[in-house]
Amino acid sequence: MVTEPFRDTRIELSHGSGGLASRRLLEGLIVPHLANSQFNAGALTDAAILPIESGHLAFTADSFVVQPLRFAGGSIGSLSVHGTVNDLAVSGARPLALLSTFILEAGLPAVVLEAELSAMAAACSAAGVNIVGGDTKVVEHGKADGMYVTTCGIGVLEANVKLSPARVQVGDKVLLSGPIGDHGITVLLARGELDIEAELASDSRSVWPMVQALLAVCAAEVRWMRDPTRGGVASSLNELAQDAKLCVTLREKDIPVRDCVRGACEVLGLDVLHVANEGQFLAVVAASAAEQALSAVRAVPGGEAAALIGEVESGPAGRLRVFTEHGSSRVVEMLVGEQLPRIC
Amino acid sequence: MKYVDEYRDPELIKATAREITALVEKSGRLFRIMEVCGGHTHSIYRFGLEQLLPPAIELIHGPGCPVCILPMERVDEGMAIAADKRVILTAYGDMMRVPGHQGSALQLKARGLDIRMVYSPLDALKLAQINPEREVVFFAIGFETTAPATALTVLKARELGLTNFTAFVNHVTVIPPMRAVLDDPKLQLDGFIGPGHVATVIGASSYEEIVRDYKKPVIVSGFEPLDIMQSILMLLRQLSAGEARLENQYSRVVPFAANPVASQVLAEVFELRDSFEWRGLGSIANSAVKLREAFSQYDAEVRFAHLLAAYHRQFELSSGPSTAAHEAPCGDVLKGLMKPKSCPFFGKECSPENPVGALMVSSEGACAAYYNYARDKQTVITNGN
Repeated sequence: MVTEPFRDTRIELSHGSGGLASRRLLEGLIVPHLANSQFNAGALTDAAILPIESGHLAFTADSFVVQPLRFAGGSIGSLSVHGTVNDLAVSGARPLALLSTFILEAGLPAVVLEAELSAMAAACSAAGVNIVGGDTKVVEHGKADGMYVTTCGIGVLEANVKLSPARVQVGDKVLLSGPIGDHGITVLLARGELDIEAELASDSRSVWPMVQALLAVCAAEVRWMRDPTRGGVASSLNELAQDAKLCVTLREKDIPVRDCVRGACEVLGLDVLHVANEGQFLAVVAASAAEQALSAVRAVPGGEAAALIGEVESGPAGRLRVFTEHGSSRVVEMLVGEQLPRIC
Repeated sequence: MKYVDEYRDPELIKATAREITALVEKSGRLFRIMEVCGGHTHSIYRFGLEQLLPPAIELIHGPGCPVCILPMERVDEGMAIAADKRVILTAYGDMMRVPGHQGSALQLKARGLDIRMVYSPLDALKLAQINPEREVVFFAIGFETTAPATALTVLKARELGLTNFTAFVNHVTVIPPMRAVLDDPKLQLDGFIGPGHVATVIGASSYEEIVRDYKKPVIVSGFEPLDIMQSILMLLRQLSAGEARLENQYSRVVPFAANPVASQVLAEVFELRDSFEWRGLGSIANSAVKLREAFSQYDAEVRFAHLLAAYHRQFELSSGPSTAAHEAPCGDVLKGLMKPKSCPFFGKECSPENPVGALMVSSEGACAAYYNYARDKQTVITNGN
């Protein structure tokens, strides 16, 4: 195996051609960053071989096309690890291994790719998961936005976990792991199109430690989980309400939102319930286990702001309703199209 | 959060609601109140304020949402300009989903037109500076609230000597449509919640002519829930006492007189159009502005006159496609003659995802606000805590 470090300053079409340049990129840059005991680096093979444990496997994929590539609190690299790890976590599965594929735009500076590989390695290490293989393609300059990343993840379902909208019952409580809107607003501001500055960072992180703590105390009482990414809490809970044919009601005052996120939403005319998150999860828990579940999540570093934000009611079926402190309520729909700021 | 939380105090809101209910019960009559501004409509639904009001108060959502009253032909004209390969068309986010006959800006962008969302016309100016080989056009919409920003941008373009920036001006004025609504004999209104932000430019005093000529009270109002509840209470007090005065509830932001700088800039750059077509309301005299001749080099209607003429020739040849949009009774909703849910298209052919009428587009439009926030009003009243 070639161990020479990658010296090309920019990605070119030849780096995706499968020939010598591809091999130099893989062995000189990608493998050194992502190598681990499971990554069969000594002999780059066509598939990763993993030992099978007993039980059930969870298997998921996610693609990342974020712009800008880097923003306060994260980047496309860390996001691509957290996104897939979190999809496994909210399925009740302990993340086991990831595959990552890159679509690179010719002309991408090698240092940009290296920074993202490094971010992926750090995120993997923090999340306790390994990248065991992947693929790289290069497209012509102008045909992609710098780089796109797709990650696939495989995980092992924890004991006693049975998550389904069909198990959700009237009276169940809705748990949220922490303040919402940080990621969406951070990325919006990072695009530099708005003259708004805020001390704010993306919440991009693995939620597995919090989910693991939750499942450890009440796996059988957790009915449903979701990470409220694009479309925000509103879209996740609308889907739940529709799938379960029940009504989800939230208390506005109990939903944790940072002041600077609230402020940005007010200025831009956005509903924070529609704003994306990358490091939070929602869980519906049986009422009898709700307090225990909340304590377990709050005990995990990063879970201190977790809150019970609402409950499940019988009707109107398929709706998400938010109650204000002054005694009225509104129906919150799923996000339609893109979030577009209002003018007046 | 300062300047927000004070005006969302749940106890004060509830106390105001109790005062309103007591006043309405004592008077034993119905009250029909129009909030003119789309921003007020949005707040009323977002904060569920209608649920706090007694049934004897009917809120009518007026023609104060700039994208809602824009006729489809103006959208089409903007898109006809954007079809020129040299053009980068820029627009506020509100504009992006407004349907034209060929589709909305978002749909045409997906088909390859270079249409970009901006947060300020100055962002469009920046685009013109960094793309000297392109023609940057700003699709200007809004009442007197946003018109000064467009005017200042045109002045800035002249100062910078830019030759590749133009504005497609669709700015409208607030008083003429209020008069048009009041002149409709079918409409029985008791008073207005007056637009607040527009009044930061034109001054609360601009509404005096409505009070004088029509003997209807106007309360210039802020946009937070407590502002709107307080304004309704102020209006009811006047109506109960048989008065019709102008009052300024939003005095923390709105002065009595017009903003002198904004007025001067508007007068320098714009002049009144003889008439302008309002979606749902028809043609209203002196209700919109255009760039003065001295600024014709920044006027997209002048620079792209050939494209607009070609569009109109084609439009007339096809005698205009017959679509549901032509049959939708948006005008009746705008004038408060019909509730959104009574429209035959509401929630069926016409939804926020696939708007037929513009009232369903902007979250300030009466139909979209109603669709998003209030469809379960009856259930909410029975179950609400």
